[in-house]
Amino acid sequence: MSTLADASNRETSLYNFAYLDEQTKRMIRRAILKAIAIPGYQVPFGSREMPVPYGWGTGGIQVTAAVIGPDDVFKCIDQGADDTTNAVSIRRFFARVADVRTTEATDEATIIQSRHRIPERPLENGQIMVFQVPQPEPLRGLEPRETETRAMHAYEEYGLQYVSLYENVSAYGRIAATAGYPVMIDERYLMSPSPIPKFDNPKMDMSPALLLFGAGREKRIYAVPPYTRVRSLDFEDYPFETQTWEDACALCGAKDSYLDEVVLDDDDHRMFVCSDSSHCATRRDAGFTGPMSGHELARGEDGDTA
Amino acid sequence: MSVLDLSRVTPGFTDPIRDSQRIFRAVMTAMSRPGLPLALAAPPTPPAGLDAASAAIILTVADFETPVWLDPALVTGAAAPWVRFHCGAPLTDDPSAAAFAIAPAASSPPLAAFNPGDSKYPDRSTTLVLMCEAFVGGPTIRLEGPGVDGAVDIAPLGLADDTVDQLRENRSGFQCGVDLILTTGSYLIGLPRSTRAFVTTTQP
Repeated sequence: MSTLADASNRETSLYNFAYLDEQTKRMIRRAILKAIAIPGYQVPFGSREMPVPYGWGTGGIQVTAAVIGPDDVFKCIDQGADDTTNAVSIRRFFARVADVRTTEATDEATIIQSRHRIPERPLENGQIMVFQVPQPEPLRGLEPRETETRAMHAYEEYGLQYVSLYENVSAYGRIAATAGYPVMIDERYLMSPSPIPKFDNPKMDMSPALLLFGAGREKRIYAVPPYTRVRSLDFEDYPFETQTWEDACALCGAKDSYLDEVVLDDDDHRMFVCSDSSHCATRRDAGFTGPMSGHELARGEDGDTA
Repeated sequence: MSVLDLSRVTPGFTDPIRDSQRIFRAVMTAMSRPGLPLALAAPPTPPAGLDAASAAIILTVADFETPVWLDPALVTGAAAPWVRFHCGAPLTDDPSAAAFAIAPAASSPPLAAFNPGDSKYPDRSTTLVLMCEAFVGGPTIRLEGPGVDGAVDIAPLGLADDTVDQLRENRSGFQCGVDLILTTGSYLIGLPRSTRAFVTTTQP
């Protein structure tokens, strides 16, 4: 009954397909189904020890392992970038244990595991986003007791969250949260969108893609089905707004993407570049240029200027 | 329900790892897109009493951790030993104790008989698989809610007459409630508790 006949998997054939054992996958799959049925509710699950430390995406990896199949095309990003250590490691992991094709192109991927970004390219129906979540409980900073936050969710008692936002307004004149900005799912469950920048929050509202969230250390799975209302909390006189930049991407000139600031030297030279490396590369390949096109940071591993 | 009669147990998945992954993805898509009929490619041959989709679903999700309730008409047939052998799942005769339940749509107890979960742990509710006669020809039910792009109509044949009332009652208790999967042959439709059901007079 071996299903690991493919050559690329031979050296790892002591592992089950997609690393986890079948009973663990069934347990995670049951949690995912309940998470989808109760959008925004955090389903407890028996998180397993994974071959990476907590904080490196153990929750996301377990969710991906439970859903991935040999026909999937897997993309993994870390703060928007496909080529960072964590993203490369996780991509290689699934290429080895699940024999999947991997990609950096958002439109080719069927499963996109992400640490703290949603790609700039709009997601499509049939795609699955898997988020790595450090702290699934949006109320944890306000109430440390799990028994209390569980009751607050059960009775839809979210006044404390609004008080917290109001204190922001009174202290800073605006809602100061920039990442992990709390959202309301289908007007019922308060949810942490994981530490994505609030720039990405509007992408979740009525998204055609399925959004799955896995928190390994905290042992929680939650989900937002496609075409579900996701409202970022705000006040009538202090409406939700996303970050904006005066600069465009220095390499591709994009004015509508999330930009990272890169300090270049000690003389106050800096550049802003797209956080989404695949988005930026796609634009540069299409001929878009920015004020610092050709900069050494735009060169690929083989030294050519992208 | 004492000694398992293995002589009556027919095979389950031919490739348990790949098959259960494939079936799970279909079930996950069905639950995240309520009202969308999905076809299962190459489902296992079901035992007498189950249809191919309900058999595939129970093989995919049930194990020793999940008490399974089978309709009394199924308990005496080939389905009970089949589920016990392939899933290793304990059978229960109490629908409110079941993690998963399978019943023919026509003879199913009302949704209220199953476990709706707890307001603090709504994930502990029953998932009920209702085997329908067909997905066309029944009274039209309009669905809205998470996972539905606007509205979608379904017309499964063989559900109880007061199904829409039961679904609305089920939805009114949200976050608690029973999650439904409708099956016929090798097709399934997800109907999670988050979905709002309406009576409509328009034809599908």
